[in-house]
Amino acid sequence: MTDSASMPAPEKIPFWRNPTIRAYGFQAVMLVGLVLLALVIYRNTLANLTLRGINTGFAFLSNEAGFGIGETSAIPMINPGFFYFLFSTLGVALGLFLLFRYLIQAEGNGKNRFMLAAGGVLFIGSLGCFYTSISLVETYTYTHAATYVTALVTGLINTLKVAVLGCVLSTILGLFIALARLSPNWLLKKLAHAYIEINRNIPVLMHLFFWYFIVFQRLPGVRQSASLFDTVFFNNRGVYLPRPVFQENFALFFVAIFLSLVIVLFLWLHGRKRQGLTGKKTPLMVPCLGVMIGLPALVYLFTGTPFHFDYPVLKGFNFKGGMTLTPEFMALVTGLTVYVSAFNAEIIRSGIESVSKGQTEAGRALSMSEGRIMRKVVLPQALRVIIPPMTSEYLAIAKNSSLAVAIGYPDLVSIGGTILNQTGQSIEVIGIWMTVYLIISLLISIGMNWYNAKIRLIQR
Amino acid sequence: MKKHFLGSLKLMMVASLMAALPAWAGTLDDVRTAGYVKCGVNPNNPGFSALDSKGERIGFDIDFCRALAAAVNVDAKFVPLTSKERLPALQSGEIDFLSRTTTWTMSRDTRMGLDFAATVLYDGQGFMVRKDLGIKSAKELDGASVCLATGTTTELNVADYFRKNNMTFKPVVFEKQEDVRKAYDAGRCDCHTTDISGLAAQRTLMTKPEEHLILPEVISKEPLAPLTRHGDDQWNDIARWVINATIAAEENNITQANVETVAKTTTNPGIKRMLGITGTLWQDMGLDKDAPIRIIKAVGNYGEIFERSLGKNTPLRMERGLNQLWSKGGVLYTPPFR
Repeated sequence: MTDSASMPAPEKIPFWRNPTIRAYGFQAVMLVGLVLLALVIYRNTLANLTLRGINTGFAFLSNEAGFGIGETSAIPMINPGFFYFLFSTLGVALGLFLLFRYLIQAEGNGKNRFMLAAGGVLFIGSLGCFYTSISLVETYTYTHAATYVTALVTGLINTLKVAVLGCVLSTILGLFIALARLSPNWLLKKLAHAYIEINRNIPVLMHLFFWYFIVFQRLPGVRQSASLFDTVFFNNRGVYLPRPVFQENFALFFVAIFLSLVIVLFLWLHGRKRQGLTGKKTPLMVPCLGVMIGLPALVYLFTGTPFHFDYPVLKGFNFKGGMTLTPEFMALVTGLTVYVSAFNAEIIRSGIESVSKGQTEAGRALSMSEGRIMRKVVLPQALRVIIPPMTSEYLAIAKNSSLAVAIGYPDLVSIGGTILNQTGQSIEVIGIWMTVYLIISLLISIGMNWYNAKIRLIQR
Repeated sequence: MKKHFLGSLKLMMVASLMAALPAWAGTLDDVRTAGYVKCGVNPNNPGFSALDSKGERIGFDIDFCRALAAAVNVDAKFVPLTSKERLPALQSGEIDFLSRTTTWTMSRDTRMGLDFAATVLYDGQGFMVRKDLGIKSAKELDGASVCLATGTTTELNVADYFRKNNMTFKPVVFEKQEDVRKAYDAGRCDCHTTDISGLAAQRTLMTKPEEHLILPEVISKEPLAPLTRHGDDQWNDIARWVINATIAAEENNITQANVETVAKTTTNPGIKRMLGITGTLWQDMGLDKDAPIRIIKAVGNYGEIFERSLGKNTPLRMERGLNQLWSKGGVLYTPPFR
């Protein structure tokens, strides 16, 4: 449209008036400024620390910790056996992936028999490696004589335990509350509403105090423990459960269970595909149960019991043996779950309500059952809306787990605090905290964003 | 726009460079300018630092802060801190003086940029259990769960003690002494551990204090001492000699009630020097000559401070024990005022 011939030749503008160059220029100045600022802060900190005679550096991490931790778990040792285990696990996963991809792919359409063979070989081979590698993995557990690093790793594992469990439980609970909130039953709807309003409007620290000091500390004392069949005991020091003690042959049993799960998944996918093609439902219940019970039972027959139970017994002050869920752990998981489930319920409800009513009605017109409409029509579309805000809730759980210190659960912050105080290395310890929480949060974000991108792709 | 930005950036850099050169040497001047000394204290540890019925802070640790404030002739302000917060608060300059049952250890003295003034209480760590457990000695505690507070020497001592005696324990670690007490009181742990003076203090707050027993074993040495920042020798000297003055006053039978009369009537040259009537001992340190009289008038001598907060007539009912004058079988011994 523009008549370039009649326009005067554009005046050559000096480079500092070129908007693109200017934009880059500003960015560069900003970046240099930020780097300079960081440098100044860093030098300033070091200068101040030296001035006050405070030692700096991370050398203290390899010193002996010397304090006790209430909840410890086995930490795998980083040795060749561990890498063997890691790689064989990856191999199994990759093999499975190839197998299932083959199964899901439509007929014809570049279906590659070669991939099937490769997947099969990889799967069987790595499963064998996996079986031999289990016994090669060595673990160690924190003791007073371990280093500060071991103490921090123990704290990190405790934090992750709570975060993962909290995310899973709060999602499940949130889903049920959301469904109850949308239910046509008046009482159920109102109860769910009350649950949401009460729980999300109380600060999370109060939740923790409530569950710890008011609920779990009010259980009977050790000597008056409530019990279930004399194998599970409840008291104000925790829940004591029988602990499975693995025998030498447990690896084979473990592999058998895993294999039976894979076969069930395989059958299920196959059944679904067949239904998609022919409209006929494949009976799955019997073969699945058969595999689930049959395969482990077969191993059991050949090798004998893979584990026996170690029962908790009241000895001296406390229960000895078995395994313990401490009240600190339970209060933290319950508190976080209940608090976040209220938010999750609202997120899930908003997602479900965002799916147009026509979808549900279309499902009904096809005479699908209400449950089936929810599972097959509404929820898959609702996920699109649900996932992004859900990510922030998961992040909240990971971060709020640091309130553990208030109720005596030895998480990363609690143990770091002890180290900070014993060594006086506040800046280093706080640096470690920030880095670890940043990494955890970024991993959650990456995972959720990946999932979000994936369901979007399928949706549109 | 651009110039503005660069200008403010420069300003920021200059400001942070200036902040890099703080003058820690002059706590005394800073305190005088501000008109008050900021003391880090325990939020609630009866006998050491707690609020009375009028909302005033009272206690053993508080008195030494008041003594210091009286010496400089300024007010005392109290900053309640948890065990975990206390050392960084002093390191960063948030407070001027930390009077909060802190154990004098080598690493705290040498690598944390802090200096101890003088031991105000010779204490040791002990265990408290319920009487109905039927335990008479800490050696019977194998397998016990132990409630304790984080950020203390307690955590290390208890681990060492159990390791030394081939016993195991389950620690339950809380941030606040108050939560330790609540958890122990509710039966979460078999035993509560901290300094024996602290156990006595915490016992008074239990639902039924008479049901708890402090075991006879003392598993550690806990010399409790106030701290100042490393590098400010003058301020550390002042803190040390304020504490020494309270001990010297007890040695010479000078009390809160009679200090003014003694100052007027005494002929003892030693007392005259100590109370600043002759010589320049207190002026040399940067204070004025009336400082010692103000100290004793404010809080009394060491014996009075002890009896008022921890002694037999308080709920803590502590014996003087080691915290008696050297001449009466204890270890309190002040260098001469000369």
